Amino acid sequence: MTETTLAIANDIEARFPQCVTPDERGGYEGYLIEAGKLVEFATALRDEFGYDFLSSVTGVDYLPDEKMEVVYHTYRSTGGGAFVFKVQTPRQTPSVPSLCGIFPGAEFQEREAWDLLGIHFQGHPDLRRILMWEGFEGHPLRKDWKEAYYESDAKPFDSRWPVGEIYRAEDENPFKGNVVYPQGFDPDKWTPEGETALYAGMHEVETDEAMHTDQIVVNLGPQHPSTHGVFRMVATLDGETIVKLRPVMGYLHRNHEKIGERNTYLMNIPFTDRLDYLSSMTANWGYVQAVEKLLGPKTAAPERAEYIRVIMAEFTRISNHLMAIGALLNDLGAYFTPMLYALKERELILDIFEATAGSRMMCNYYRFGGLARDLPAGVYEKMRDLAFERLPRQIDELDRYLTENEVVIARCEGVGVLTPEEAIAYSAVGPVLRASGVPYDVRRADPYGIYERFDFDVAVRYHGDVYDRYLVRLDEIRQSIRILQQALDDLPEGEIMAGKPKYSMRVPAGEAYGRVEAPKGELGFYVVSDGSANPWRYHVRAPSFINLTALSKMCEGDKVADAVIILGSIDIVLGETDR
Amino acid sequence: MYGKGIIKGLGVTLKHFLDTYVDDIRVGKKRYTEEGVAYRSSKDVRGLFTVQYPEEKLPTPEEFRFIPFLVYDEGEDGEKNIRCTSCGICSKVCPPQCIWIVRSEDPETGRPIPEPSDFFIDVDVCMNCGMCAEFCPFDAIVMGHDYELAVYDRLANNIYDKDKLLKPAAYYQAIRPVNYRIQAEARAEKEAKKATAQSKKEA
Ligand code: SF4
Ligand code: SF4
Repeated sequence: MTETTLAIANDIEARFPQCVTPDERGGYEGYLIEAGKLVEFATALRDEFGYDFLSSVTGVDYLPDEKMEVVYHTYRSTGGGAFVFKVQTPRQTPSVPSLCGIFPGAEFQEREAWDLLGIHFQGHPDLRRILMWEGFEGHPLRKDWKEAYYESDAKPFDSRWPVGEIYRAEDENPFKGNVVYPQGFDPDKWTPEGETALYAGMHEVETDEAMHTDQIVVNLGPQHPSTHGVFRMVATLDGETIVKLRPVMGYLHRNHEKIGERNTYLMNIPFTDRLDYLSSMTANWGYVQAVEKLLGPKTAAPERAEYIRVIMAEFTRISNHLMAIGALLNDLGAYFTPMLYALKERELILDIFEATAGSRMMCNYYRFGGLARDLPAGVYEKMRDLAFERLPRQIDELDRYLTENEVVIARCEGVGVLTPEEAIAYSAVGPVLRASGVPYDVRRADPYGIYERFDFDVAVRYHGDVYDRYLVRLDEIRQSIRILQQALDDLPEGEIMAGKPKYSMRVPAGEAYGRVEAPKGELGFYVVSDGSANPWRYHVRAPSFINLTALSKMCEGDKVADAVIILGSIDIVLGETDR
Repeated sequence: MYGKGIIKGLGVTLKHFLDTYVDDIRVGKKRYTEEGVAYRSSKDVRGLFTVQYPEEKLPTPEEFRFIPFLVYDEGEDGEKNIRCTSCGICSKVCPPQCIWIVRSEDPETGRPIPEPSDFFIDVDVCMNCGMCAEFCPFDAIVMGHDYELAVYDRLANNIYDKDKLLKPAAYYQAIRPVNYRIQAEARAEKEAKKATAQSKKEA
């Protein structure tokens, strides 16, 4: 805890003498709040102490203690460290007050905690399942929930060695011959409850126009080319105007977190590649950072590794933003020419990843205390060529190509507006937040790695519309090039790993929250260790997912054709949204 | 002037179009050789990037990883000396748990012997992460470069057994010369150390 947060903590304790107690479990931080006082406490925290940005809400199932815990990480939108608080609730009837009224950004995250852990949030406006399908029974992240084919609690599995009994997991699954329906069940006539609730929520919009017109409900997706994957938007339309819109996701859900809790710590690194598969390097970094916090300072990465981490992350940012811009233009109808120009530059960046990490997209390159391997011969020169010559030139060309295009401007300006206050309230992050005039970038606001050493500006624009989100990405690419040039010039020689690479390690009990500025925004990993070889809790704060909370707000009042580009301007990847 | 932005943009596409031809003329026939393919993914290329797969293929860098294989050293009379000692580390680190190892025992003494009696990798499940190769203490499992593995029937073909996984050390050296050299040097150094320690002990 830094000095300022310590001072604030003292103030808070004085302000709420009975119901706020420091969390004194070993390796834990923050405060335990009494459930009854939660809303009052959160209001004071936001209005009196300035912690106006709710980064992450998640639940933890402490099965041995018969308790559920909801964990909140809040920050100030002006920068600085976290204020962490928790609410405990009995495991049999877990229920805590909802914070949606104070932090609207909690809406989807609370729904997720309800869906996966069965924690009920009193006063939540729309507490339905969000990632699992509507007919699903149970809450899969509970520690006593077991999937259909279940081998054992934790990896590695005993059946692999020394007597490897080879089989296919799919053969062991009882649903192998497809699902058997209960008697009298007709799938054609069945509408899941959640679906009925969703549609019931769509019809109630009153307009004050003199002439009464019918509103219709339209499903955009889940199979829709412009949705960047399987993603659905249910919109109520009045003519062509959207009066209400609800995103529906989870089609790509695989319970990344449950998988992660059965994996060992090391095994999770390649799985993080599969979250935002366009920027696996930064996902690696976020997770590795959280575990390094648990492991303590002896695993700090050596200098050279720190530099390479920055270089890889910035190349990732450039390639991601190029894709985001290309895809946005696709959504606008400029079919595939801008996209291919973007892909071309990305291709050269991926060549570097392939030569170093071994794979173009599934990089699996960061390790606890360093990196998997050093740069092979020739890669450094390639990086320099890109950072000093090619990329600056090509970005200028992209700028010339698109920025002043009248059609782009006409379609994007003033569309999907999010004000700064709304952006903060909805926990928007990354380019979405910064295009709304909030200069918040984790690399500056709460620096990690060696970002403090570099000279760069936080890109910010002020209109909060689709056009500004495009411009912010372009600005960020330029800033990333600046960082790259400095990092490549200063790259020292030396080791790339603290100590010897180890495949199993003891992670001290405790909790840690590691966050990085991923290309799509703040990407956080909340890891709880109970001292065993597998994490007790592994949670991903996914920017693609939480940025969607503000989607309805951005779309309401705009035309239905704009919904597609508004979604494109948020830049989501469904691998990360659905996890 | 309204429309200036669009015209400027169209200029960029026109330039791209022409650049491809200029590049084509400049590089000439070489464009379609291996060298030309490598040039097409370099910083200098201006026009078209496309590689006509499968007629043309991008070169794979040394670190590229696909399905792992087991390495054997060829003995003097052609026998295969499998490096793997069935230590089980790879099957323990494998994130999706797709490696199965059957350890063998000496029929007389009943004691385990190093060479595995069988070794399976379910390549449908393998996520090509490279962890097995990274942590194998005997340089016995290595990530391959062959990415053209499509089959008609995955059920019959995609669990690789020991025979299918085994490849000679010479192949390893051919696709990953630098790694091979580093590992061979490290092993030699270890051996030398052991030898000196041994001789000291004897002395
Ligand atoms: S780690 Fe290497 S030596 Fe050990 S079982 Fe695997 S392949 Fe064999
Ligand atoms: S590459 Fe990864 S997934 Fe494949 S066998 Fe090796 S450790 Fe397992």
